[in-house]
Amino acid sequence: MNYKKILQKYRKDRTRLIEILKELQSREGHISEKAIISVADEFGLSRAEVEGVISFYHFLSDRPLGKYVVYLNNSITAEMAGREMVARAWEREAGCHFDQTSEDGLVTLLETSCIGMNDQEPAAIINGVVFTSLNPEKVKKLVGWMREGRAVQDMVEETGEGANGHELVRAMVRNNIQKTGPVVFGEYVPGQAIGKALETTPECIIDEVKKANLLGRGGAGFPTGLKWEFCRKEKGEQHFVICNADEGEPGTFKDRVILTERPEMVFEGMAIAGYAVGARLGILYLRHEYTYLRRYLEHVLQKMREQGWLGQNIAGRGFDFDIEIKMGAGAYVCGEESALIESAEGKRGEPRDRPPFPVQKGYLNLPSTVNNVETLATATQIITRGASWFRSMGTPVSAGTKLLSVSGDCERPGIYEVEYGLTVKELLEMVGAEDTLAVQVGGPSGNCISEAGFGRKICFSDLPTGGSIIIFNRSRDLFAVVRNFLDFFIEESCGWCVPCRAGNVLLKKKFEKIASGLGTVQDLKEIEAWGKIIKSTSRCGLGQTSPNPVLTTLSNFREVYQSRVSKEADFIPEFDLNRAVAEACAITGRKFQEEQEHA
Amino acid sequence: MSKPVIATASLAGCFGCHMSFLDIDERILDLIELVEFDKSPIDDIKKFSRPVDIGLIEGGCCNAENVEVLRYFRENCKILVSVGECAVMGGLPAMRNTIPLKECLEEAYLNSPTVAPEDRLIPADEDIPILLDRVYPCHEIVKIDYFLPGCPPSADLIWEALTALIQGRPLRLEYELVKYD
Repeated sequence: MNYKKILQKYRKDRTRLIEILKELQSREGHISEKAIISVADEFGLSRAEVEGVISFYHFLSDRPLGKYVVYLNNSITAEMAGREMVARAWEREAGCHFDQTSEDGLVTLLETSCIGMNDQEPAAIINGVVFTSLNPEKVKKLVGWMREGRAVQDMVEETGEGANGHELVRAMVRNNIQKTGPVVFGEYVPGQAIGKALETTPECIIDEVKKANLLGRGGAGFPTGLKWEFCRKEKGEQHFVICNADEGEPGTFKDRVILTERPEMVFEGMAIAGYAVGARLGILYLRHEYTYLRRYLEHVLQKMREQGWLGQNIAGRGFDFDIEIKMGAGAYVCGEESALIESAEGKRGEPRDRPPFPVQKGYLNLPSTVNNVETLATATQIITRGASWFRSMGTPVSAGTKLLSVSGDCERPGIYEVEYGLTVKELLEMVGAEDTLAVQVGGPSGNCISEAGFGRKICFSDLPTGGSIIIFNRSRDLFAVVRNFLDFFIEESCGWCVPCRAGNVLLKKKFEKIASGLGTVQDLKEIEAWGKIIKSTSRCGLGQTSPNPVLTTLSNFREVYQSRVSKEADFIPEFDLNRAVAEACAITGRKFQEEQEHA
Repeated sequence: MSKPVIATASLAGCFGCHMSFLDIDERILDLIELVEFDKSPIDDIKKFSRPVDIGLIEGGCCNAENVEVLRYFRENCKILVSVGECAVMGGLPAMRNTIPLKECLEEAYLNSPTVAPEDRLIPADEDIPILLDRVYPCHEIVKIDYFLPGCPPSADLIWEALTALIQGRPLRLEYELVKYD
């Protein structure tokens, strides 16, 4: 393959490295050693640096893969929906185990973290195309088609509702919008907001968003107006607006639906943010899992340019702003804004030290505002309809509405646009959940609450959430939930901070010791102490929240743990000497007899 | 009042922690005023002759004998301390933990370029302690009361910890004592 020729068109633009690696992988099925060397030469990087980028992301591979690459999601709701049966069906039909390629080179089976389809699990991504609600029969059919050589897109038999059926999407993904609200799914005429915004000054825009008390919808809740103001005040030859469409928190899928049904509202919000902070370029950082939306989103952008809502001299008012899409390659930590920026620059998505914050030194070390998809869509509506309209909804601190992605044990999983201040109990009734044991608010990094907390309110001052709500009924084993979440954080830790990289593994080991009935009261104390260490000594939100599955269940379901630990013994080892020497005995043909007496 | 009794052992370690212990230099004269030694390589006493107050363990467990010695210490010591990285975490020997035992042995005794063809044999003599599947830190096998980090922990750290234990006062670890970069 003529790598030089392929690389030429990228004009040594390092920020496009991930895109380049993706193209090479799509051409050759993987990123070969020769390709790596060519890329390293082209950019003057070391080979290790290129390999470092490849190994960081789930969807880049330097080992050969099959013709069809199946990434089966392993989130907890997939497990609850029969993932195990589906996984076994894949192995049976493909004739290989997970993490392997079938002998004929046809199928590679891999696992991946939440792909944003929690409301229609078990789901998988096959060569970029999403397949939802899988069962063993469907798997059998899919592998049959693979043997016939059918194109993956042609395996999609029925498309989902709304824009999922658009000719540029054609996805079987369903929106499952169960409840619309007045903001994101409210009345909306594209183009109005940007026109209105350009009639005023950037300062007025920032002021209006501040008055609306718009807080970041990704979960952290930073005031959006303040962020824009900081960014605007920062000096730099260029400013950037980045839309964070890397929703990776297991259980959240609201950005998927917003981008499917309300992309103009998001893009308009980016243009408004651009006007407010003084940016000419916006970047939509789209998670790899949503690649199926890319062509459609490009099409929407093009239409908006044609309408004069993007591009040169927007609305005839001399404001230039355009948006480009940059793709992720599979990494939860890239939802963290500084990691996202690193990734957008074509590097490993490792969080940066802060300060400086992205508003000071963001993309290409220039002032950048990174906002969540929903935040930007909401900003559009605030500009059209005003801050006081917005503040009439929700609570005084948490104004407006929130999109919740509800999954797990309930009648009607899907998207709910609700006003802040809704209690968990009200939500459970709304979604048709019965006999509920626990509700995971805010995904694994959030809070697992018990019935005692069902009166609590979903809002920034009580139960904040980026949107993920996972419901578990009383038939579920809470330990299976915690185990799944701990595995998730171990997998997704970027590895920079030792407490997060090693601590989460130790935490999981300790958890398993307790789960297997070998725990003591001391083990419970240690698991809490270690969790606190990991939280307080990791530098980004991932490490700072990774012990939450254990810590929040320990505080809200303490009896579940206490029933498994010994009250009497002050130490129970997991270690079994006979088991530990078995391997050596087998290798050497010796027999082991424990010495009872010390001669 | 009789002096506190201490005992020490080196399991899967390199004796570096014992050497570091001896680095207390002339304070060893103070130490001998403060304590009596029982089972320890320092006085070459092989068996416990009385109940021991403080046991210091260097090294983790890589074979069955290590486990037996460690359990023997636990039975006979009121307080047991993991001294140094190997006891605390498994240390350097635990680097083999990521490689299956069979591969380790084959590499060392069959495939290594320095093994003469006629010597290719995985040792199986019954006098050799049987290896464990992996190297274990001490606290996974018995209850450990205190941990002293370092490779090795400095003489000052060992001294400070030991005298604090003997005198029953809170341990004061200056930053410099536990700083390793």
